[in-house]
Amino acid sequence: MNNVFVICEVDEGKIADVSLELMTKGRSLANQLKCKLEALVLGHNLKGIEKELYPYGADVIHIGDDERLDPYTTLPHTSVIVDLFKKEEPQIALLGASTFGRDLGPRVSSALQSGLTADCTSLEIGPHEDKKAGKTYENLLYQIRPAFGGNIVATIINPDCRPQMATVREGVMKKEIFDATYKGKVNKIDVDAILKPEDLVVKVIERHMEKSKVNIKNSSIIVSGGYGVGSKENFDLLFELAEVLGAEVGASRAAVDAGFAEHERQIGQTGVTVRPKLYIACGISGQIQHTAGMEESSMIIAINNDPNAPINKIADYAITGDVGEVVPKLIKFYKQNTK
Amino acid sequence: MGLNVIVLAKQVPDTRNVGKDAMKADGTVNRAALPAIFNPEDLNALEQALRLKDKYPGTTITILTMGPGRAADIIREGLYRGADNGYLLTDRAFAGSDTLATSYALSCALKKMSKIDLIIAGRQAIDGDTAQVGPQVAEKLGLPQVTYAEEVISAEGGSITIKRRLERGVETVEMPLPGVITVNASAPECRPRNAKLLMKFKHARTITERQGEAEDYIDLTADRPYLNIEEWSVNDIESDMNWLGLSGSPTKVKKIENVVFQAKEAKHLTPADEEIDELMKELIANHTIG
Ligand SMILES: Cc1cc2nc3c(=O)[nH]c(=O)nc-3n(C[C@H](O)[C@H](O)[C@H](O)COP(=O)(O)OP(=O)(O)OC[C@H]3O[C@@H](n4cnc5c(N)ncnc54)[C@H](O)[C@@H]3O)c2cc1C
Ligand SMILES: Cc1cc2nc3c(=O)[nH]c(=O)nc-3n(C[C@H](O)[C@H](O)[C@H](O)COP(=O)(O)OP(=O)(O)OC[C@H]3O[C@@H](n4cnc5c(N)ncnc54)[C@H](O)[C@@H]3O)c2cc1C
Repeated sequence: MNNVFVICEVDEGKIADVSLELMTKGRSLANQLKCKLEALVLGHNLKGIEKELYPYGADVIHIGDDERLDPYTTLPHTSVIVDLFKKEEPQIALLGASTFGRDLGPRVSSALQSGLTADCTSLEIGPHEDKKAGKTYENLLYQIRPAFGGNIVATIINPDCRPQMATVREGVMKKEIFDATYKGKVNKIDVDAILKPEDLVVKVIERHMEKSKVNIKNSSIIVSGGYGVGSKENFDLLFELAEVLGAEVGASRAAVDAGFAEHERQIGQTGVTVRPKLYIACGISGQIQHTAGMEESSMIIAINNDPNAPINKIADYAITGDVGEVVPKLIKFYKQNTK
Repeated sequence: MGLNVIVLAKQVPDTRNVGKDAMKADGTVNRAALPAIFNPEDLNALEQALRLKDKYPGTTITILTMGPGRAADIIREGLYRGADNGYLLTDRAFAGSDTLATSYALSCALKKMSKIDLIIAGRQAIDGDTAQVGPQVAEKLGLPQVTYAEEVISAEGGSITIKRRLERGVETVEMPLPGVITVNASAPECRPRNAKLLMKFKHARTITERQGEAEDYIDLTADRPYLNIEEWSVNDIESDMNWLGLSGSPTKVKKIENVVFQAKEAKHLTPADEEIDELMKELIANHTIG
């Protein structure tokens, strides 16, 4: 009872990265609160899935394995989770801010009338004093999130309703094995006893999922391009630089919107969050929604023809010049110096 | 066969292009300087409704918005683009609502409306940025939901077929009506204002707005009822006050910090060969690259 729960997402038969990242966060919250960490996995053909979760410190893994839970649709997943949460009364429930989590989370929170905070960038435990009501609270979840297009950061709390629910985007938390030999127990959910015919009214007719080819999140060097790169052809220059440096290519939203790069390369508030060793920003102005996804890079090099571009404020090196001139020189002098 | 479609639309401050003039001296955003606009994805939602109206004659589109009095602006904007009528839900009792209290108030208003076939919301509002209201309204009404819709393919025989845009692919789903869908920015843009409709609805007003205006406008609605924008307060919907506004909101804002654009010392370089050569040597020497 009153434990920390992570609602896990299954992606091609494996636990999604964002869920493992939340398991790591959930483990540290559970340690702080001196309670257990529990995972919840719903889907079909999940045999052995618990083995992926134990090393992240799962004490209990609730598994609902039923063909009606795969592919994902909102209503059956909601019914199973609401049923379980009414019995288990978690104090905290976390899920990924993916299309899955952002479809499911609000539905579950509405059914339980428990608050939900979207897109948290940090989760902490702390006290709260409600002076008006003369009440004090210990150990609340501080759900810290940007809002207002990234121009403000709000700390949201959920004093009275449980669970305290929050979604977090992929790449925001760090995934880390807690203990490779950790063992918890499995609770098999009797899905059949919960689902009703009205849960199954939405039917998936067709599905085309593309396997992600791009792996910017795990790349230690990122060459990123913005609208200032100018064209899809000029983006090839960035790919060339990335190739010689062993880097991945990222993009700003303006570059993605303009069709210079694929959506999965988008970095920022509505793309992925990255923290590479080196981030080379080419023709990117450095709007807050972009920098929110890359400002924790260890080193930032900005290439921009505007010496006052905001990106220069967070850069370690600001090269004032044309992308088309600077990038080939980076390639040239890198090659010269590593020969 | 015509459908009765409701579009949920929110008036939002334009947070997308916070220009220099909207920045205060301390580097934070001056919200008052941002124009109030029709939430962008709600325009995508409206376009999907308009396409249904094109395809299925007899379809009516009603805009529902909750907000302060000036939110009537976006109802007019909707009328100029082809919606048939609108409701403004406005009351102090709704102030301070989180997404659950917002969804509850909207769902109470929706229950007061005559037989609804389809509710279309935007995926996400650009100020609160949560994307929670659509699914929560659906749950409060006990209706099925389809989020991330990009295209309504058909709405016939009591069910609707929708193409969804997910992170890594597309999905086609079928949902029985009535139901709720939320529409993505990747869906087609909304058509512009129609000149005839602009003329027709230019003087559409809520009762509060009419009270503040000259007599002749009040007279206008007597023979042109379509110029009346319905205004509902908390007394016009059946609701439990404990679920509304601040007291009906499980989430509380404990603290708000404005993001300050801090300057850090950058080394400024030019594209000169020596400087780039030097930079590369430095990066290789400290093992950042190579
Ligand atoms: C800094 C800050 C942070 C916040 N964080 C949270 C949070 O984490 N959790 C939370 O529960 N609340 C939060 N809120 C409150 C939330 O912004 C409001 O409840 C808001 O009214 C609705 O949420 P949204 O703007 O995110 O809308 P979304 O859920 O993003 O809106 C989705 C769609 O619902 C429809 N819709 C939304 N609002 C209305 C409306 N008023 N009228 C008609 N249609 C509408 C529109 O179609 C819209 O496109 C926060 C508020 C602030 C100021
Ligand atoms: C809710 C919300 C979420 C968002 N999420 C994201 C997100 O996740 N990621 C994101 O990136 N954006 C996001 N944005 C958009 C963001 O606000 C900016 O619009 C976007 O980051 C701008 O991209 P850009 O820097 O490539 O383009 P611009 O702002 O147009 O900048 C182009 C830059 O290139 C420079 N330039 C031009 N030509 C050259 C040249 N030849 N050589 C060198 N430099 C040149 C210019 O000086 C300029 O600085 C979001 C916005 C909102 C409202």
